[in-house]
Amino acid sequence: MQRYIIRRVGESLLALFALSIIIFLMVRMTGDPALLMLPPDAGAERLEEIRHSMGLDKPLVVQYGLFVRDYSTLSFGNSLRTQTPVYDEVKDRLPNSLKLVGTAMVIVVLIAVPLGVLSAVCKGTWIDTLATGFAVLGQAVPVFWLGILMIQLFTIKLGWLPSSGMGGLDHYIMPAFALGFFTVAAIQRLLRSSLLEAMDSEYIKLARIKGLSEFKVVWKHALRNSLISVITLGGIYIAILVTLGILVEVVFAWPGMGRLLFQGIVFRDFPVVQAVVLMSAAIVIFSSLVVDIAYAYLDPRIRLQ
Amino acid sequence: MMANVIDTAAIQPVKVSRLPKIFAAFKAAPVIPLTIIVVFVLAALLADLVTFHDAYQVKLPERLVPPAWVGDTTVMKTVSETVAIDELEKKITLTKASAIDSSSQVGDRIEVVVRQGGSWSRPLGTDPLGRDILTRIIYGARVSIIIAGAALAIGGGFGTLVGLTAGYYGGKIDTILMRFADITLAFPLILFAILLVMVLGPSMMNVIIAISLVLWARYARVIRGEALGLMQRDFIARARVSGASDWRIMMRHLLPNVMPTLIVLLTLQVGWVIIVEASLSFLGAGIPPPTPAWGGMLSEGKEYVSTAWWVTTAPGVAIMLVVMAFNLCGDWLREKLDPKQRSI
Repeated sequence: MQRYIIRRVGESLLALFALSIIIFLMVRMTGDPALLMLPPDAGAERLEEIRHSMGLDKPLVVQYGLFVRDYSTLSFGNSLRTQTPVYDEVKDRLPNSLKLVGTAMVIVVLIAVPLGVLSAVCKGTWIDTLATGFAVLGQAVPVFWLGILMIQLFTIKLGWLPSSGMGGLDHYIMPAFALGFFTVAAIQRLLRSSLLEAMDSEYIKLARIKGLSEFKVVWKHALRNSLISVITLGGIYIAILVTLGILVEVVFAWPGMGRLLFQGIVFRDFPVVQAVVLMSAAIVIFSSLVVDIAYAYLDPRIRLQ
Repeated sequence: MMANVIDTAAIQPVKVSRLPKIFAAFKAAPVIPLTIIVVFVLAALLADLVTFHDAYQVKLPERLVPPAWVGDTTVMKTVSETVAIDELEKKITLTKASAIDSSSQVGDRIEVVVRQGGSWSRPLGTDPLGRDILTRIIYGARVSIIIAGAALAIGGGFGTLVGLTAGYYGGKIDTILMRFADITLAFPLILFAILLVMVLGPSMMNVIIAISLVLWARYARVIRGEALGLMQRDFIARARVSGASDWRIMMRHLLPNVMPTLIVLLTLQVGWVIIVEASLSFLGAGIPPPTPAWGGMLSEGKEYVSTAWWVTTAPGVAIMLVVMAFNLCGDWLREKLDPKQRSI
């Protein structure tokens, strides 16, 4: 177990290192990085100043050291648009994004698991067809269009739900469902097939011979083993939710990191974009590390490998 | 047991037609998804022939015309004052509605057309800049197909090469290449692409580069796994004994055997690349306007959701249909070509 954790932590650090190297080199190879960090009308003095603080007159290794120092202390530079430190804006918005992604995760688990079980148990019936059709749809509908459709139906036509911003619980309903839709579809499909496989296995036959109720056979014995295939991909699902969260935030004007990123793109505000991308990538890498360790803890087969 | 003895001399070589086999392969083919794909590809190829409007020309007077099947939008108004009638008339000249009866009296209820219905010359209506939406959808298909084709060719080709190399040589080379692939897979693609496009500037070329840079890793992983299994087989050892070079074994012996997996993966990822491209364009980090791209069209229309639903509906439906068609065909191909994974 210890060796496994050490290996996974090492891998995550390597991924972060690779990410920083790629961004570092990408910015330096394609032109003057100082120009990216300042508004187009900045004077020559400011340019010299920023060149000096980024160490652009020094060797690449020193530059990289300064780069890592700045980002590990969360100083991402100033926003070109507001001239305030990017960190201040990120700090205010990060909790909002986490709340949205967290709510979506709860919804995903609450819907996807029963749906997957239901379609496996009722294999071949109309319930299965419906659930599978839903999964096919969920993987094809772009999340931002789904958000727009929801606004058209629930806000404009019916007037039931608010379409933008943060507030009470009703503000969460549409963004969280839109965000979770794709993942629900993916998990439903995976769970259905791994449950069907499990239902064919010897231990399920034994459980049936023992005379356990069908409910216990499915929900206790089969599901517990099938869920492993879903948990294996847990890190990927989190990465998907974080990425799709950006799109959902733009549609529903959610005051989170995604909207900040969108504004950054629109105003060509490179420090903001760089900060949001780096932080989101770090969150994704870190959470998939946590998922993998938890998974190894749950499943001895991984731990003892 | 005389009946079981076969007179081998009597056996004639039977010429078997391949046609039934080809027909059998297409039995149970997903007809609707295949049709959608054919229409999509034809639309992209023949965009210039099948459209009657300019995809770029801005015509503000014809902005936000609804689809053909939508009739006039009218509201009932009470004529309250003479001033009010003037106001109504002003509105009417603006919307080119039918003239109101000049004999209207104060207090009459009259029907005022606030927006004219659509016409079949622009079946799906027009966007906020007065451009024909159907025309832009068709040209958008071309953009989607170019990006998906190029990104899959570059990313898939490179990934396959890496996978074959890793699987063939094994050992240290395998470990190093797969470590790179794993690191790449750990990146959220859209985030990476946004950053790249911000640095390089938004253009079709840069979107293709960004997607390919991440796409290769999945191919490398999957193909490497297949190749590793094939390396244990006799025919590889025999090829080696007969003096085939490394390159020849990879290209002539490994590649044809991983082809089915490669084809399935490519088909399944067309939809995915289209969604990623649409997401980038939606965020403004993809295909720059005015080039018609489905994601960009959705983005342009999102300010008009309450007044002009058709602007976002058309590109949304287009993305959904094409992605679904490729996913369903990919599933079907997987069942056909790869019976091992039939349950997934």
